[in-house]
Amino acid sequence: MDLPVWQEVHQELAPLGFTVISVALDKDPEDARPWIEAASPTHPSLIDTEYRLAELYNIVNVPTVLWIDEQGRVVRPNDVMFASDAFVRIHGLDPAPRLDAVRAWVRQGTTGIEGEERELQSLPSETDQMARAEFVLARWLRDQGRTEAAERHFRRAGELAPHDFTIRRGSMPLRGIDPMGPVFREMITEWVGSGHSYYHPLPK
Amino acid sequence: MTTPFTLIDETRVTRVDAKMDDGRVLVDPGGVERATGWVRKPEGLCRDEVCVPVRNAGLDRDGRIDLEVMAQTLHRPIAVDTGEGAAALGTSAVDRGNLLASLEAPDITLPDLDGRTHSLSEHRGKKVLLVVYASW
Repeated sequence: MDLPVWQEVHQELAPLGFTVISVALDKDPEDARPWIEAASPTHPSLIDTEYRLAELYNIVNVPTVLWIDEQGRVVRPNDVMFASDAFVRIHGLDPAPRLDAVRAWVRQGTTGIEGEERELQSLPSETDQMARAEFVLARWLRDQGRTEAAERHFRRAGELAPHDFTIRRGSMPLRGIDPMGPVFREMITEWVGSGHSYYHPLPK
Repeated sequence: MTTPFTLIDETRVTRVDAKMDDGRVLVDPGGVERATGWVRKPEGLCRDEVCVPVRNAGLDRDGRIDLEVMAQTLHRPIAVDTGEGAAALGTSAVDRGNLLASLEAPDITLPDLDGRTHSLSEHRGKKVLLVVYASW
């Protein structure tokens, strides 16, 4: 897990007017607790049990990182970034050059995509937003203990937005499905097998 | 006859009375206003200073408002489960798209493990690396 490395990045760069804010999209703070406690973060380490951030920033998978400047402007939209190389053989994204890019941003203000931020910002379709409404309804039904009805709407949400893994995988713990288990493996095999990517890093 | 119905507007959950008519969910205008802030006026559906004209005559039925026609009028998605008596109104793709295209980082307030809340906007003046992850 990457949180201890993010904490190191925070400590290294905080004196230069920088902070990491980490947010766990998890149904229950207790799910995130072991990861957070192991990292002893001094940066704000938050929990979003309603997946609000996914809706607000059109986030469709984790990990996702965004760079926000001093004026509250997104200067590098949704990107995939791993801080440790624990799973590099799976995702193929070498953390070292990406961490250097963060350092260069903090020290020199370069983002690597100057002038292209807007076109690289992904925007949701009407169907994506319908999927999110289905997901909200599903979660509410689940919280009411109406499991079968919830399951129908979780499935519907995933069918509407098959690329949205905050819905398709992120709903698994809410539905009593192991998010690392056979259902997930089958889903990702089918997705990748039909020519899609599971991670969508920015092109540069 | 009316039945209790739960209307979720983004994160706000409101109990209203609804009439089910042939698969349509009809809510009285007062309930719609409590749940969503939208008011039915002669000029359209209005909230604060904004009025959206109503082009679909199906919005008004028996002095009530058809929820799905309302969502369509506002270009908002709606997930409905008539059997469970609940619906969720989402954010329109156009509104969300405009906000994202502005590149203004939407503010959000979230708790840490101790329940202490933090807002993104508290960190103006710093560069922020927002890292979104999950245990799953």
